[in-house]
Amino acid sequence: MGMTISQKILAAHCGREQIETGELVNCKLDVVLGNDITAPVAIAEFEKLGLEKVYDPGMIVLVPDHFTPNKDIKSAQQSKVMREFARGQQIENYFEIGQMGIEHCLLPELGLVLPGDLAIGADSHTCTYGALGAFATGVGSTDMAAAMATGEAWFKVPESIKFVFSGKLPPWVSGKDLILRIIGDIGVDGARYMAMEFTGEVVRQLSMDNRFTMANMAIEAGGKNGIIAPDEITRAYVETRASRPYTFYESDPDADYFEIREYDVSDMEPLVAFPHQPENTRGVSEAGHVLLDQVVIGSCTNGRLEDLAIAAGLLKGKKVHSGLRTIIIPGTQNIYLEALRKGYIETFIEAGAVVSTPTCGPCLGGHMGILAQGEKALATTNRNFVGRMGHRDSEVYLSSPAVAAASAITGRITPPWEV
Amino acid sequence: MKFTGKVYKFGADIDTDAIIPARYLNTIDPQELAKHCMEDADADFPNKVQPGDIIVAEKNFGCGSSREHAPIAIKATGVSCVVAKSFARIFYRNAINIGLPILEAPEAIDAIHEGDALEVDIVRGHIKNLRTGEEFQATSFPPFMQEIINQGGLINYVKKKG
Repeated sequence: MGMTISQKILAAHCGREQIETGELVNCKLDVVLGNDITAPVAIAEFEKLGLEKVYDPGMIVLVPDHFTPNKDIKSAQQSKVMREFARGQQIENYFEIGQMGIEHCLLPELGLVLPGDLAIGADSHTCTYGALGAFATGVGSTDMAAAMATGEAWFKVPESIKFVFSGKLPPWVSGKDLILRIIGDIGVDGARYMAMEFTGEVVRQLSMDNRFTMANMAIEAGGKNGIIAPDEITRAYVETRASRPYTFYESDPDADYFEIREYDVSDMEPLVAFPHQPENTRGVSEAGHVLLDQVVIGSCTNGRLEDLAIAAGLLKGKKVHSGLRTIIIPGTQNIYLEALRKGYIETFIEAGAVVSTPTCGPCLGGHMGILAQGEKALATTNRNFVGRMGHRDSEVYLSSPAVAAASAITGRITPPWEV
Repeated sequence: MKFTGKVYKFGADIDTDAIIPARYLNTIDPQELAKHCMEDADADFPNKVQPGDIIVAEKNFGCGSSREHAPIAIKATGVSCVVAKSFARIFYRNAINIGLPILEAPEAIDAIHEGDALEVDIVRGHIKNLRTGEEFQATSFPPFMQEIINQGGLINYVKKKG
């Protein structure tokens, strides 16, 4: 029996020719990631092991991105713990404010995760790197601590669901809409414990930025990882960034799948996930009259250059509605700089939006745009749980950057073709 | 290891933002986290929960973020174990890694109500509803995971393995 791309990467990292789904395997890791919320817990657990040194400082990446630039004294203390650990352990891939970005935008941009890698991160959206053809999954802080100590982690080899997209992608329909369609279809636990493999002619033509968005939200269907087999588009992205060898894997034609789901995208329109689950999706034209208090464009899901380009295209020469706040957050310093050079930042500011330094900030209700009681936000982020962006009686709607930018202009959830 | 406790019952897809909202993640102090445990699902939970009490939930408990602060907060309230129809993957792994007892018992949940008293044998995976007398068997853990549980968590397991 053939193997899926996910099986092949796990097999390669546990020194086996063949592994079966359901097996528990101990694997050597390429990348171990933590942030200013999860790394302090991992560091405390690591210290309980009584080891002086981490297994390999070169495989550890630490990014202060959630509550940074620090929003209060407590979060500053947390960042300090991580900063001092990085110095003490000589971890080169620690990114200080000024270099840092939102972790899942930053690591691919710098070539720190590559095709064929096995990466874990103490952040659930670590699955983003599956867009590169890596096996990447989120874990907790104790797993991160053990991985820093041993360079290894245990995995249950997941079954895979294959999602095949065919047809012609209509205007304004993006990777965000494709992944929301899946989540709306199978539900927030529809791929629990499983690998989600995205394929088909539509996926093959998607840009890397759109692929990152798709893999990023695999966790929102309960997936262990999301993965896209690497191709020439992947190669063009990584070849200028990689400073070590990488491997392209693909699923065997006779690989076994738990399920294969096929989607024709030709009739699709952009989707909006209504509160309070990412599975509550509706077509944007069926959204009804939802008045907004805030629009957020950014995050590890949709804070990349192409996302900002789409938003700028819609906001150019327009003003955001006077009844709402529009917050735009480039994912990394490089994305910020590129957006500046291309004139997007000027467009945003002239339109009346605010542009922030890279941070996860409002996505998880940390800072930089917290909602008051009863307020509604449309965001290009990944979760719309109760209280996610602020008060427990606030609401978050999820969409693509195109729908978010159009809605910023009108003040209510709006299809991009209406502005 | 047997626990007896009062049930607090929650619905499906209880996410980690409900278990511990991100606004409190600027600390790693378990007692501080416990003060806000489950507050966006039940604002009064941190005040009324007593040591030994048991959280019972529908499917996909702990979905969302990887924050280990979620099982840490539950453990620090004194909750003795969490019984659910199913758990989200990262929460499941985290709970085992930090030594918070959890049991997956799909058949038991519909027969347990808020306020019931349960007797739970965490080693045998045995659940008894003391109000109705009904008994249930939880899904057993693979031997490897059972070994981590027996060691009290992943850090002790790694330490012992050397």
